[in-house]
Amino acid sequence: MSALKNPRNIGTLALLVIIAAAPLAFGDENYIMRVITTGLCAAIAVYGMNIILGFTGQLSLAQGGFFGIGAYTVGLLTTDYDWSFWSAFALAVIGTAVVGYLSGLIALRTRDEYFAIFTMAIGFIIYLTISRWEAVTHAHSGVNNVKFPEAGDLIDFSDPTAMFYLVFVILLVCVYITYAIRRSGVGRTLLTIRTSEDLADAIGVKVGLSKQLAFAASAVFGGIGGGLYASVVGFIGPDAASVDKTFEFLMFILVGGMGTVAGPLIGSMIVTFLFEFFQDFQAYRFIVLGPIIIALVIFAPRGIVGYLGGFVDRRNRRRRIAETRSTDEARGAAEPMETTTSEETK
Amino acid sequence: MTLLEIRGLGKRFGGLDAVKDVSLDVEEGRITAVIGPNGAGKSTLFNLVHGFYRPSAGAVSFNGRDITHSSPHATVAEGIARTFQTTHLFDDSTLLENVLAGRIVRSRSNIFDAIFHTPRHRREARINEDKALEALEYCGVGDYRHDLASNVPQEVQKRTAVAMALATEPVLMLLDEPAGGIPEEETADFGNLIRSLPQRGVSVLLVEHKMSMIMDLADTILVLDHGQKLALGTPAEIQSNPDVIKAYLGSTKQEEN
Amino acid sequence: MTLFIQQLFNGLALGGVYCLAAIGLTLVFGVLRIPNLAHGALYMLGAYVTYFFLATLGVPYLAAIGIAALVLFVVGVGLERLVFHPLRNSPHTHHMIAAVGAMFFFQSLAQVIWGADFRRMDTPITGSLHILGAEISAQRIVIIITAVVVLALLTWFIKRSIHGQTIEAIEQDRTGAALVGINPSMVSMLTLGLSALLATIAAGLVSPINLLSPTMGDALNLKVFAIIILGGLGSLPGAIIGGFALAIAETMTSTYISSAVGEAVAFIVLVAVLAIRPTGLFTKAVQR
Repeated sequence: MSALKNPRNIGTLALLVIIAAAPLAFGDENYIMRVITTGLCAAIAVYGMNIILGFTGQLSLAQGGFFGIGAYTVGLLTTDYDWSFWSAFALAVIGTAVVGYLSGLIALRTRDEYFAIFTMAIGFIIYLTISRWEAVTHAHSGVNNVKFPEAGDLIDFSDPTAMFYLVFVILLVCVYITYAIRRSGVGRTLLTIRTSEDLADAIGVKVGLSKQLAFAASAVFGGIGGGLYASVVGFIGPDAASVDKTFEFLMFILVGGMGTVAGPLIGSMIVTFLFEFFQDFQAYRFIVLGPIIIALVIFAPRGIVGYLGGFVDRRNRRRRIAETRSTDEARGAAEPMETTTSEETK
Repeated sequence: MTLLEIRGLGKRFGGLDAVKDVSLDVEEGRITAVIGPNGAGKSTLFNLVHGFYRPSAGAVSFNGRDITHSSPHATVAEGIARTFQTTHLFDDSTLLENVLAGRIVRSRSNIFDAIFHTPRHRREARINEDKALEALEYCGVGDYRHDLASNVPQEVQKRTAVAMALATEPVLMLLDEPAGGIPEEETADFGNLIRSLPQRGVSVLLVEHKMSMIMDLADTILVLDHGQKLALGTPAEIQSNPDVIKAYLGSTKQEEN
Repeated sequence: MTLFIQQLFNGLALGGVYCLAAIGLTLVFGVLRIPNLAHGALYMLGAYVTYFFLATLGVPYLAAIGIAALVLFVVGVGLERLVFHPLRNSPHTHHMIAAVGAMFFFQSLAQVIWGADFRRMDTPITGSLHILGAEISAQRIVIIITAVVVLALLTWFIKRSIHGQTIEAIEQDRTGAALVGINPSMVSMLTLGLSALLATIAAGLVSPINLLSPTMGDALNLKVFAIIILGGLGSLPGAIIGGFALAIAETMTSTYISSAVGEAVAFIVLVAVLAIRPTGLFTKAVQR
């Protein structure tokens, strides 16, 4: 395949290589490694958001909630119930899949603003449950000493670099799945729904089912990200499930670029470091970030990768148009002129 | 053979009959047209057949199978495609990508095929591309395949909409004013495209305002007025039907002038 | 029986608050076609501004609510101008994301100015009335009366005044309204301002009963959205009926079952309505 000739894919690969090399530069600085690794956990959840918001065009405000379910499943099971990390993590994935699938049964019937309101309600109810059900979740005292993944004597996951690579490998899988979706009929199905549900319906797309599965998939990604996050930071509180988390994810995906393969990762990395930078103003950061997110949707809604990719696509398209025209003898050289004029009139 | 059988179909919106007691047989290999003044219920009839609306009364069967309560994606899978009055295309996509979207309903490969890049996925991707290109060429817009839908002239858009419908491999195509907005001098060309469809094995049910085009194309014409059948017959019968002349043809002539 | 009457009045008072908050939201949806996810944050800000005038500047209670309502009217107009107006032609997800951004901005702003701790707003209205054996606090009576008066004024405003009629016209047919010379962007500003004003009155009335916190709008957000989805997005009578229905259901389940169920009622209503009819119970079938 010519996949490697596409500058978009080259860019994504370069980005992954750079991140993979991070321990070489910061291997000794546990703090920075920790920041990068939590950023990658968030990126996994953002890849979930990318499926439902970026590809399918439905705003899900429940992603923070699913992140929280993943985090609390791993957090509570490995501490209060002494499960191993891996079995708790597996249950976190299954659990978010089930919750995502079941809420998807209703979500598939809704569209646009109803979908957003419904998912807002789901997210809020998950947060309420976690922050109020003291007997099980310890409410605001949170969960301490979440286990690291076990690997016998092979790898010691209490080493930040080892943990980084574990999260990184799982992230790689998420990036690849996103890439596979985007170039396949599945991606075409979701993009069709994003553009127009009525038209999608009219050409035989199973809109409801596709939306439900996309939502369930996004929930699973959220759960995976949350489960890893709990283990990386070792301590979780209800904040892990709050609407603030959803807002952070929104910010990540907006900066990076909705519906792109590399966008969620770039956005997560950049904004995570921005957050660290603003750490002293923790409580007040949204005073700055709120207006920034508004400015982004108004002035630059396509994100970094969206604009770069758009540039590459436009160039490729011009070349292809020129090729199709020149192969057609009868039309001659006048034809490319016509395209440029029609492009200008639009 | 009768392909589509509409029996006593009705739809009420808030106490008003948008369509009432309409029956129609659409024959295989023919072009059937529905005409009538604005608000006569033509688009509603299409929406009922296609499954966008649930009928309040009556039944629709296709190829002998009852599709009265089928959802749109099920009717498309059965082999009924449609185009819309106002052209619906994905503006930010190229024409080829647009027509490829029409292939979704005929694709069997799923997310796992995509992830593992299975032979089925590769085979289907190739077939889809070939069929989409063929549909574009057939509709005479193959040269524009890499252009964005928003950048091409109206007529090319209209043809692409037909190509997208063709890509779903239909047996019957519902065309809702396919030539609307096309300059008069290109209407004949567009009519030829529609006329050729039955030879491709695609029967046509058509709503159109351009009377000359209808009389030229259609084998059978149904005239609707206020949601009800006013007349049914060949173009010659319709043109000489006194009810039709009184209720519709006369007023249309005035509108056109 | 006494308990029931007591709770019925509590429910009515709460219903008045919900109505005032929900009506603005449903109007905004009707006119601008957007669900203003920042509505709960406007409500919260309204409560704090009322608190500021009442507790910090010593303005009398009802006057403090009035001034705060005017302040929030301006905030609402600003929100429309700076956020929703520039996004009017964007995909529907964009203005919802922007609204979430505005929500976090308002919350953070309140936290910076007034701190994250809960605050209590004292009201000069004390005492209580005895009705059919039940003891109803005067504050709740004030809430019910104010809500009824404001709702009546609002209905009058929409049916009788020029501005109100334009709001209704746009709600019914945006392009048609533009054709007859109504300026949609003027009406959008007015509607968002009005919604913030109504939310502030609601917040000012209920704050002496509840506590103030920067996140107080989150729970209300869920409730008002449940109400307007129950009543049909954009429907005024729907918002009023839905507001009282939800409030009474909430107080009754809290009293007779458990407070946890009471808190979940809004969520249950929302999910049930969307499961039965994804476009709201009272919305008419719209011809596509």
